[in-house]
Amino acid sequence: MESVLAQSFIYLLAAVVAVPLANRLGLGSVLGYLIAGVVIGPILGLVGAETQDLQHFAEFGVVMMLFLIGLEMEPRVLWAMRLRLLGLGGLQIALSTALIALVAMALGQAWTVALAIGLTFALSSTAIVMQTLREKGLIRTDGGRASFSVLLAQDIAVIPMLALIPLLAAPELMGADWGGVSDIRFAASTGGSLLEGQPGWVVTLALLASVGAIVGGGHFLTRPMFRFLSHARLPEIFTAAALLLVVAIALLMTVVGLSPALGTFLAGVVLANSEYRHELEADIEPFKGLLLGLFFITVGAGIDFQILAGSFVQVVGLTLGLMLAKFMVLFALAKVFGLRGAAAWLFALALSQAGEFGFVLLSFTTQNDVIPVALGQTLQLIVALSMLLTPLLFILYDRVIAARVDTEALPDDDIDEAGPVIIAGLGRFGQVVNRMLLSHGHKTVVLDYHNGVIEGLRRFGVKAFFGDPSRPDLLLAAGIRDARVLVIAMDDTDKAVHMVEYVSREHPHVHIVARARDREHVYRLYAAGARDIVRETFDSSVRAGRYTLRALGLHPYEAERAARAYVRQDRADLAELAQLWDPDVPVFENEAYAARAREINRRVNAAMMGEGLAARDGWDRAWAPPPQGGTVARDPAAATETDPDGDGPG
Amino acid sequence: MTEQAESGLRNSVLVLMAHPVQRRSRVIARMAKVAEWVPGVTLVDLYAEYPDFDIDIAREQDRLRSHDAVIFLHPLYWYSTPSILKEWQDLVLEYGFAYGQGGTALEGKLFFSACSTAAPESAYGPEGYNRFTLRDLMAPLQQTARLCGMTWLPPFVLHGARSAGEEGRLQAHVDAWETLLAAIVAGRLDVAVATGADRLIPPTHPLGAEG
Repeated sequence: MESVLAQSFIYLLAAVVAVPLANRLGLGSVLGYLIAGVVIGPILGLVGAETQDLQHFAEFGVVMMLFLIGLEMEPRVLWAMRLRLLGLGGLQIALSTALIALVAMALGQAWTVALAIGLTFALSSTAIVMQTLREKGLIRTDGGRASFSVLLAQDIAVIPMLALIPLLAAPELMGADWGGVSDIRFAASTGGSLLEGQPGWVVTLALLASVGAIVGGGHFLTRPMFRFLSHARLPEIFTAAALLLVVAIALLMTVVGLSPALGTFLAGVVLANSEYRHELEADIEPFKGLLLGLFFITVGAGIDFQILAGSFVQVVGLTLGLMLAKFMVLFALAKVFGLRGAAAWLFALALSQAGEFGFVLLSFTTQNDVIPVALGQTLQLIVALSMLLTPLLFILYDRVIAARVDTEALPDDDIDEAGPVIIAGLGRFGQVVNRMLLSHGHKTVVLDYHNGVIEGLRRFGVKAFFGDPSRPDLLLAAGIRDARVLVIAMDDTDKAVHMVEYVSREHPHVHIVARARDREHVYRLYAAGARDIVRETFDSSVRAGRYTLRALGLHPYEAERAARAYVRQDRADLAELAQLWDPDVPVFENEAYAARAREINRRVNAAMMGEGLAARDGWDRAWAPPPQGGTVARDPAAATETDPDGDGPG
Repeated sequence: MTEQAESGLRNSVLVLMAHPVQRRSRVIARMAKVAEWVPGVTLVDLYAEYPDFDIDIAREQDRLRSHDAVIFLHPLYWYSTPSILKEWQDLVLEYGFAYGQGGTALEGKLFFSACSTAAPESAYGPEGYNRFTLRDLMAPLQQTARLCGMTWLPPFVLHGARSAGEEGRLQAHVDAWETLLAAIVAGRLDVAVATGADRLIPPTHPLGAEG
C-alpha cells in the first residue's frame, strides 16, 4: 500500500509541477509530461522497472482517446470532409511513409522494419498541434483547417496500421524477451485470445460478429441503458457506465484478438449522433487526460539516456532529417492543394514532428517483434526530440514567417463553422429560442437533463443532447470554447446563477443570454455577470396588458406606445435596483435599495390615485403641435408673423 | 371590398390614413369617420393596423390592386407625411410591382393627398414663411405617383386646421371631403381640370378648380 501511495505521489507531483511549467513556457502539456518522466526516471532515478507495467496500464488512455475521437466524428461530417481526409491526409501519410521508409532502407534496415518506421513517423502529434493552434487562435485559418484534416486522417489511419503491423513481424525477433506482455494488446497477438488454434473461418466469423455486436449494441442497447440510468439521477453512475462501456468493448476486442482501439473508435462513431454524446465525452475526458499523461510520463521515464549520450550526433541528425523530410512532403502537398503564403508554412511546420501515436506504435511494434528493442529505444528518442522541437517551430512561424509572408486575413465564418450557440435547457422557453435560431440558419447545440424532453425532440429531428448543462466539463464537451453565445434557459434558478458565474469567469468571450424567474433572480444573475437578462413571463404579461388597453378602447398605436413606455420605465428601475442589490445584505437591511424601491412604489401609487394622468399622458411630447398663437420665429420680438405654424396634427 | 355591381360605384377608393395621436386629432379623425361611411371607399388606419410598423407587404399590394384610387389622409408633418406612410411607401411600392420592369400594378390609378396644415394658407407661396406653395412642397409624392404610372392630383387641404373648428370652417371642409369621395366613386371628377389646379376644391357640378 505504502509503495503504491509513494509511486502515485511521485508521478502526480511530477505531473503537477512539470505540466503547468511547460504550458507557461509554451511547450504544451505533452512535452510537460515527457519532461516530468525524464526527471523522475533517468535523471533522479525515483522510478524504475515498474514503468513498464504502468505503461501497459496507461496505454488504455490511447484506447479512450480513440473512443473520444470517434465520438467527435459524425458519419455525416466525415463524409463531408472525405476529399480533404483522403486527398490531403491520405497522400501525406502515404508519401511521408514512403520517403521515410526509403531513407531507412538506404541506412540499411530491412524493408519490414523500414516500413514500420515509416508508418510510425508519418503520424504527427494531435495533442501538441491542436492545442497550440487553439491557443494561438489559428484553428479557423486555412492552414489550421488543413492541419486539422490531416491530423484527423492520421488518427483514423492508426487503426489499419495497428492491424497491419503484426504482419511485418520478423521471425528472428519472436520469442525475444521484451519484458512482459502488454495488458492491453493492440491487436491479435499470441496468447490470451480465445480463438487461438481455431480454423480460419471461425476466427473471421468471430471478428465479424464482435464488430457487429459493437455497432448494433451501440445503436440499440446504449439508449435504453442510459435511459434506465438517468432515472437514478446520479452523475457518478453515468461515469461508471461510460467507463464500463469502454472497458467492455476493449475486453471483447481483446478476447477475439482485435485491437481495442479499433473497437472503441467504432463505438465512438456509432455514438457520435447520440444524445448522450456530450455526457460521455465529459465523463471519459478526465480519465483519458490522466492516463495519456501517465503514458507520456512513462515514455519519458523510459528514455534511455545512455543511448542518447552514445550516439548524440546520430540521433539529433536523424531527428532533423526526419522533420525536414516531413516538412518537404507537407509543403509540396500544401502547394498542390492551393494553400497560399503563410498558410502553407503553418501547415508544413506544424505537422513536421512525430507524434504521441508514434510512441504507441513503437511499443506496439516492439511487442509484435517487428522492430528490435534497441532500435525502438533510439526511435523513441527521435519521436520525443521532434516533439520537443515543435514549439520552437511555432515560435519560428510567429516571429519570422507570419511577419514576412502576408498572413491571410481570418475568413468570415461560414454559418456552418461559426461558433455555434449553446442552449442550456429545452423547456418551453429554450425551445422557442432554439427554433428561432434554427429558422434563421444558425447551428445550435442543445443540452437538457430531462430524458423525456430530449427523446421527444430528437424524434422531431431537433439536435439535442442529454446532460446537465451546469457541469463545466459538459459545457466544454459541448464546445463552449468555440461558442459565441450561451443561452441559459433552465428552470433551476441556482444552477443558472452558477453557470453565469462560471462562464463569465472562465470563458469571458461567450455572450450570455440568461432567463430569469423573477426580479430577485434578475439581481442574482446580474451580480453573477449576466447582462442580457430576460424575465420569463415579462414580455408575455406586457402583451396581455397591451391587449387589455386595446379592449378598453385605446387606439392600437397608443396601446403599443403605452406598453413600450411601461417596459422602458420598468427595465430602467430594475437595472437601477440590480446595481443597488447586494447578495450579502438582506433586502430589508439594504438602505439604498429600500429607498429606491420606496420611490418607485410611490410613483406607481400616485398613478393609481389618479395623479397618474401625467404618466398616462407621458408621451404627450410626441407630435405636439405648436401652442395656439405661437410663432415660427426664434425671437418673438422680431416676429412679423404671428400665425401658428409647425404643421402639427390636424 | 367594394361592390362594383351596384349602380353608381364606378371606382373603388382606398384611403390610407396616418395619424399617430388620434385622441388629439380634430380634422383627420373626423375625415376618416366620414370616409368609412361613403360606399365604395375602404379606410385603412395604418397606425392601428401596424402599431409596430411591421407592414405586411403582400396584403398592402393586394389592397392596392383591388382599388382604382389611392388617397393619403394625414396631417402635414415637416412638409411631408407622418413616418408610417413613408415606411409604407418604402416597403409596398416595390420594383416589379409599382415601377420598373413588370411594375404596372398601379398604372392609371388616381392618387392624391388629403392633408391638414396648422399654418394658414398665407404661409404658403413665395410671400409666406414656408416659401413654397403646398403643391410644390408635395413634389416627392407627385414624382412617386408619376413613376408608378398613376394619375396625380393636387392636394385636398385644410389650412389653419387647429382653429378651423372655432372659425366654423371645419364642417364645410368635411362636407366637401364627402362630396369629393362620392364624386370619385361615381366617376364624376373632371381629372383634366383638377390636375392643373393648385389644390383640389370641393366639387360643384362639374368639379372645378381654383387657381
